[in-house]
Amino acid sequence: METVAEITPPRTHYLNATYGVKSWLLTTDHKRIALLYLASVTFFFFLGGLFAAGIRIELLTPQGDFVQAETYNRMFTMHGVVMIFLFLIPAIPAVLGNFLVPLMIGARDLAFPRINLLSWYIYTVGALFAVLAILFGGVDTGWTFYTPYSSTYSNGNVILTGLGVFVVGFSSILTGLNFIVTIHTMRAPGLTWFRLPLFIWAHYATSLIMILGTPVIAVTILLLALERLAHVGIFDPALGGDPVLFQHLFWFYSHPAVYIMVLPAMGVISELIANMSRKRIFGYKFVAFASLAIAAFGFLVWGHHMFVSTQSVYAGMVFSFLSYAVAIPSAVKVFNWTATLYKGSISYDTPMLYAFGFIGFFIIGGMTGLFLAALGVDVHVHDTYFVVAHFHYIMVGGTIMGYLGGLHYWWPKITGRLYSEAWARFAALVIFVGFNLTFFPQFLLGYMGMPRRYYAYPPEFQVLNVMSSAGASILGVGYLIPVIYLIWSMRYGPHAPANPWGAAGLEWRTSSPPPTLNFEQVPVVTWEAYEFGDPSENAESRMENRG
Amino acid sequence: MREHIVSPKIYYTIFIALTVLTVVTWSVAKLDLGKMNAVVAMTIAVIKATLVVLYFMHVRYSSRLTWVFVGAGFFWLAIMVALTLSDYMTRGWLTIAQ
Repeated sequence: METVAEITPPRTHYLNATYGVKSWLLTTDHKRIALLYLASVTFFFFLGGLFAAGIRIELLTPQGDFVQAETYNRMFTMHGVVMIFLFLIPAIPAVLGNFLVPLMIGARDLAFPRINLLSWYIYTVGALFAVLAILFGGVDTGWTFYTPYSSTYSNGNVILTGLGVFVVGFSSILTGLNFIVTIHTMRAPGLTWFRLPLFIWAHYATSLIMILGTPVIAVTILLLALERLAHVGIFDPALGGDPVLFQHLFWFYSHPAVYIMVLPAMGVISELIANMSRKRIFGYKFVAFASLAIAAFGFLVWGHHMFVSTQSVYAGMVFSFLSYAVAIPSAVKVFNWTATLYKGSISYDTPMLYAFGFIGFFIIGGMTGLFLAALGVDVHVHDTYFVVAHFHYIMVGGTIMGYLGGLHYWWPKITGRLYSEAWARFAALVIFVGFNLTFFPQFLLGYMGMPRRYYAYPPEFQVLNVMSSAGASILGVGYLIPVIYLIWSMRYGPHAPANPWGAAGLEWRTSSPPPTLNFEQVPVVTWEAYEFGDPSENAESRMENRG
Repeated sequence: MREHIVSPKIYYTIFIALTVLTVVTWSVAKLDLGKMNAVVAMTIAVIKATLVVLYFMHVRYSSRLTWVFVGAGFFWLAIMVALTLSDYMTRGWLTIAQ
């Protein structure tokens, strides 16, 4: 990215207002807490990636030669636990949400700044339990902790890992609570609900899921611990329990958890599509309410994970129908984003490349979700690589593309610096290619019958597995490139203007980086969301800003 | 928002009510009421939970928005219970050909 050289950054801003380790570890500034989360989730993303690398290396050949079954089981479990609970769930809300929610609504901070810091400490403590579990040998149950294996038979560190997940959940609840109260009570004068950016609507919906769903996984893990430690019969049939009850309770949280991951990404994409095509989102209210509808419907579909679990076929039919229903608000969003592009003044900067990637991946991930929601098809592909490919298209292709798109889009605001646009576009392309090469062959493998969670497979599956592993190595390189140029930009990147994209939104009306209290004066909002005015004027200002 | 001051008398009354209901739960558990066992136990539990939410958690004196959020929590709990029961209660419906 290039820009005019003579931009002078603000003399004092949130990054240099105070110095020293203590000023960071005891900060109550939402922007600094966002950066603490950024460092934490980045670490866990690459830790989870290491486990993924181990899985893909093992699957290069049909027989077990890199690791054996026991180690393989622990690798895919820790990959899932780390990626889901320590990266995907907190990534966008805790990093971008923390940084942007107050800025976007014209507030000085979140409603409870100290609770915000507490949430990071709770996350850190929970994550340390998970790290300890890894150091002590990990756990082999799969990230789903299905009983009675987890509660009775597994010799892995189930309790320590479960404790980590239990504790991290509280950080999620506190973040959700903070966002809800902040959005209700701290909007700038004139900023009515329907003038809010769609990023805020998405985070509001996500927060509802966080506070309504997370307590259930906490209780479920407690019951699991009670059975494992005190042999109270809850889930183990040998003790008089019911293993399917565990699945009901687990998926009541863990299916909506998918929406905790993808709804914030959808919020990011709405911002990118509107601002990068210089148009108000087509059907603003539909997109806003679609977020709430996804949050609500998301709680009604968990039984589609249990079609072959001995769940009643009648319940299965209800869950199947409801799973189809959740596709409606999801499709509303996709159609509205594409309709927004029509006759827009589209720029193809890096964030927009990620937005396009998101839409493509989300369509494939979402449509294959419909296959899996169909009772008959699911019986055929249940627990195969088809499912693995499907949810990676949503979680990696959706959430991570949204996260990276958002990180690139707001990076100038966060750091006050611009990164290399050429390298950034190159990395986005590498990630797009690597991702498809990794996960598309898995659809084929799954349809052909390769089950998930096996370290060995019949030789006829090798070609597709080698393709997938090759794609994973490209994807890994793609993820490392942004780390290099983003860190480089923090020191050597040109200074960013307040609004390098010529975008609408309150966060662009303060300096880059913003002052500690975000705005010199409390903004008064007299305009609608995504109000761009004369498109030609905006195009000119974009050119001026970016040189 | 103005904090509502609750007199200690109310707290003591609720505490005594909860204690009495606990004793009732324990006493009823010793009787075999057949299918009503769970119904009676759950009814007492719901009354106790309601007292805690209304008085100890101050919901009775809170804003309507707080009522909405509390209601949402219980509604979501109802969803979880109802859809889970939709599995357990319909398992016997399917007659398998011998």
